[in-house]
Amino acid sequence: MQRAAALVRRGCCPRTPGPWGRSQSSAAAEASAVLKVRPERSRRERILTLESMNPQVKAVEYAVRGPIVLKAGEIELELQRGIKKPFTEVIRANIGDAQAMGQQPITFLRQVMALCTYPNLLDSPSFPEDAKKRARRILQACGGNSLGSYSASQGVNCIREDVAAYITRRDGGVPADPDNIYLTTGASDGISTILKILVSGGGKSRTGVMIPIPQYPLYSAVISELDAIQVNYYLDEDNCWALNVNELRRAVQEAKDHCDPKVLCIINPGNPTGQVQSRKCIEDVIHFAWEEKLFLLADEVYQDNVYSPDCRFHSFKKVLYEMGPEYSSNVELASFHSTSKGYMGECGYRGGYMEVINLHPEIKGQLVKLLSVRLCPPVSGQAAMDIVVNPPVPGEESFEQFHREKESVLGNLAKKAKLTEDLFNQVPGIHCNPLQGAMYAFPRIFIPSKAVEAAQAHKMAPDMFYCMKLLEETGICVVPGSGFGQREGTYHFRMTILPPVEKLKTVLQKVKDFHIKFLEKYA
Amino acid sequence: LCQPLQALSAPPLPQVAMNGLKEKVLTLDTMNPCVRRVEYAVRGPIVLRALELEQELRQGVKKPFTEVIRANIGDAQAMGQKPITFLRQVLALCVHPDLLNSPDFPEDAKRKAERILQACGGHSLGAYSVSSGIQLIREDVASYIERRDGGIPADPNNIYLSTGASDAILTVLKLLVAGEGPTRTGVLIPIPQYPLYSAALAELNAVQVDYYLDEERAWALDVAELRRALCQARDHCCPRALCIINPGNPTGQVQARECIEAVIRFAFEERLFLMADEVYQDNVYAEGSQFHSFKKVLTEMGPPYATQQELASFHSVSKGYMGECGFRGGYVEVVNLDAAVQQQMQKLLSVRLCPPVPGQVLLSMVVSPPAPSDPSFAQFQAERQAVLAELAAKAKLTEQVFNEAPGIRCNPVQGAMYSFPRVQLPPRAVQRAQELGLAPDMFFCMRLLEETGICVVPGSGFGQREGTYHFRMTILPPMEKLRPLLEKLSQFHAKFTREYS
Repeated sequence: MQRAAALVRRGCCPRTPGPWGRSQSSAAAEASAVLKVRPERSRRERILTLESMNPQVKAVEYAVRGPIVLKAGEIELELQRGIKKPFTEVIRANIGDAQAMGQQPITFLRQVMALCTYPNLLDSPSFPEDAKKRARRILQACGGNSLGSYSASQGVNCIREDVAAYITRRDGGVPADPDNIYLTTGASDGISTILKILVSGGGKSRTGVMIPIPQYPLYSAVISELDAIQVNYYLDEDNCWALNVNELRRAVQEAKDHCDPKVLCIINPGNPTGQVQSRKCIEDVIHFAWEEKLFLLADEVYQDNVYSPDCRFHSFKKVLYEMGPEYSSNVELASFHSTSKGYMGECGYRGGYMEVINLHPEIKGQLVKLLSVRLCPPVSGQAAMDIVVNPPVPGEESFEQFHREKESVLGNLAKKAKLTEDLFNQVPGIHCNPLQGAMYAFPRIFIPSKAVEAAQAHKMAPDMFYCMKLLEETGICVVPGSGFGQREGTYHFRMTILPPVEKLKTVLQKVKDFHIKFLEKYA
Repeated sequence: LCQPLQALSAPPLPQVAMNGLKEKVLTLDTMNPCVRRVEYAVRGPIVLRALELEQELRQGVKKPFTEVIRANIGDAQAMGQKPITFLRQVLALCVHPDLLNSPDFPEDAKRKAERILQACGGHSLGAYSVSSGIQLIREDVASYIERRDGGIPADPNNIYLSTGASDAILTVLKLLVAGEGPTRTGVLIPIPQYPLYSAALAELNAVQVDYYLDEERAWALDVAELRRALCQARDHCCPRALCIINPGNPTGQVQARECIEAVIRFAFEERLFLMADEVYQDNVYAEGSQFHSFKKVLTEMGPPYATQQELASFHSVSKGYMGECGFRGGYVEVVNLDAAVQQQMQKLLSVRLCPPVPGQVLLSMVVSPPAPSDPSFAQFQAERQAVLAELAAKAKLTEQVFNEAPGIRCNPVQGAMYSFPRVQLPPRAVQRAQELGLAPDMFFCMRLLEETGICVVPGSGFGQREGTYHFRMTILPPMEKLRPLLEKLSQFHAKFTREYS
């Protein structure tokens, strides 16, 4: 019975050999007949099962699109089917996807992209000259003057040059070499590629990768997949999630027992924590990496998302360079950026780049070789990156509108960051560190011991239990802190600040109400 | 056995550069050894040399040629093929929805764009999609497969959109690889093959198991040869998957239906997961050749094959009549997979969030193009037919000119985008190559490049029977350039043969 039902579902209708071209309806009818008549027949075991599959893949977890999000999807379907809930919509506050939550794309960026996609528009009076100029430049650098050609595996040359120029400007003149720039399919692709090259050894000499706790779970997922060793260093929650070199030292010492720590990952501005590291901290980290011979990975995708007036983004590249030749000639560094965040929010384009510093030339060759197997990153994403690093400047026709839109988005985000922090801190049993940057709140929540017990009875992490209840009762989908890592006995959740302001206020109020009720229920 | 590609050794680093530098964390010795073993000839050493030559030409260095012809990679638009107008119109409308008000776009393109945007988060291409791809587009793909396969249904839940077909192939291989030593996963791949497969297996540290296509019979696939390869492999690994490329790359053969049935039966008997790379399904030129999807044949074979044989089939927007390589669009359809494994696959895909949305949009157009009653149909159809007709003509011309040359023998280019002719190389040339530490056909191709500017990929990059030499050349150069190029190449071969006689 089950098998026949599965057949119908899967569309592999049983057919006896016969004349081809039987209609779907007759095949479906036959399958239905099987459903009614034939008893269950044992099928042989599949080749690819949970037991036989790649164990490393099985170990991978990615909470941002994990179980709670699957549940949110199910609830959305139920709502669509008209099932009554205590809410009318699911709020997807689990993922840093600004445009999905209503943020508008930057007009200039989409104009250039449209011109590149359909060059007939270069003759249209509806597009400004500065957009056309950029589009022509990009197209000329593409094979056959088309976005449809593969690019060089490292990315379109003139776009890499533009990225280098951007980095140089951003870093106050510290030079960037286009040859050290690799365009990627989002930053995730670059991070994954670099980690892949770094992982080697076996047993106690297996590569250890130091990652912040809490972290963006791409890191733990890739480490699992590569069968590398995850080495946790804890950010200091009592100190606005500061990075403490003593803690780095503690982590690396302990790790040396059972692995070969080679890599140190930093996320700045932080995800999920939102802290923007001070310059001194970055110098300390670089010094530590130099001392301990660690390859530095600097995930800087939120470099345009700094809200706190007391904070500034300092790129690892710039600080490294300014620390003098002993560091700047020796410390191996890979820095990452993306089109998905900032003021652009172009997640779907999968645009990104990495800048590598002090990599051995043979390694750079290996890197290009590895990238060449996938041919190239999406050229439309490369084009989007180009506009991000080469935006309209004062004096250009599109500058005013561009600037207005950009400031509007960033101003909005800053406002929402403050709003979120303030509102959460009004709730008894919730404490939220300042949202200095990025796009998330990662408040700490007090979960009463009765609730912890209830969670354990359900075989769930306590904060997963909390988040599931929040989802079921309010429709708000956030990601439990256990998905990012946290100190034992503490609980958090990550919520984006992306819903529009009015909706955000409602959402925050609902979370507050839920939390108070939750505390009462499990008192 | 694959001829190992002799890597050109890099010039030694000047001593000056190394002075005073600390030893690096990341060196050839400390890097991932699997990655070190990876090779990908299509963009390998010969292409690097071609880039250098282009650079020299730009700098005004005199050469025996005025341009480098990149006949190494299946990139149609780079060689002048035009994109299909309708596809780019719909995509432009999606990218910049203001254009929905423009009189310069046909109504059907606008309707398609609106439909897609409705299905995107925030009605924007800029939002992440679901990791398996926009649901609406997965449904479109399922409908396409059903139409293509004469009504055999496809389930959208078994379809995963991907960043080109390469991405999906890697994902499926990744799921399959397990075990250690004698139980390590083995994967059967055709020789000659598209070197994504060997590269992926090297990266994943899986065991490559070669089965030889039969050059004497137009690169036919022989089940006896599959059996031979499998039996030998069982000595040292656990063979679990069988990869087929149909239409073939680099070989261009289009497998007969009987052959596909035989392969399916073999896979079922021997418990092998089938991977069917069908990215050239729209590129079939030879009369008498027809594309049969593995999915269709499998289903029509009935149980137990239809209900139990595990299959993954791949398609892409890079080939066909579209040539939209740069957009990285593709999909995989999985059949008879364990439900829990499918969930694992979904989980693995979620880490990278989603495939590029513009690529998903293009795929949607490929699988649901204008219907005969639509305003854009006439132009779409004309463009499509023109591209395919030209490819067919170029396939025929290539085969013909190469077969006129003594010492070059080219099997019929039944489909795909390449010729893979066999070349006779004199023993003295083979010897010279060995002295230089190069595979003989690499030596030949390097000399060809240096003297004519024509860049093709040596057969050793794809695999070939020991003692035979080939090269893969695309059929994509513009029609007016193609015959002169083919003749130039033939003349070079004759000269080369005389030189080393």
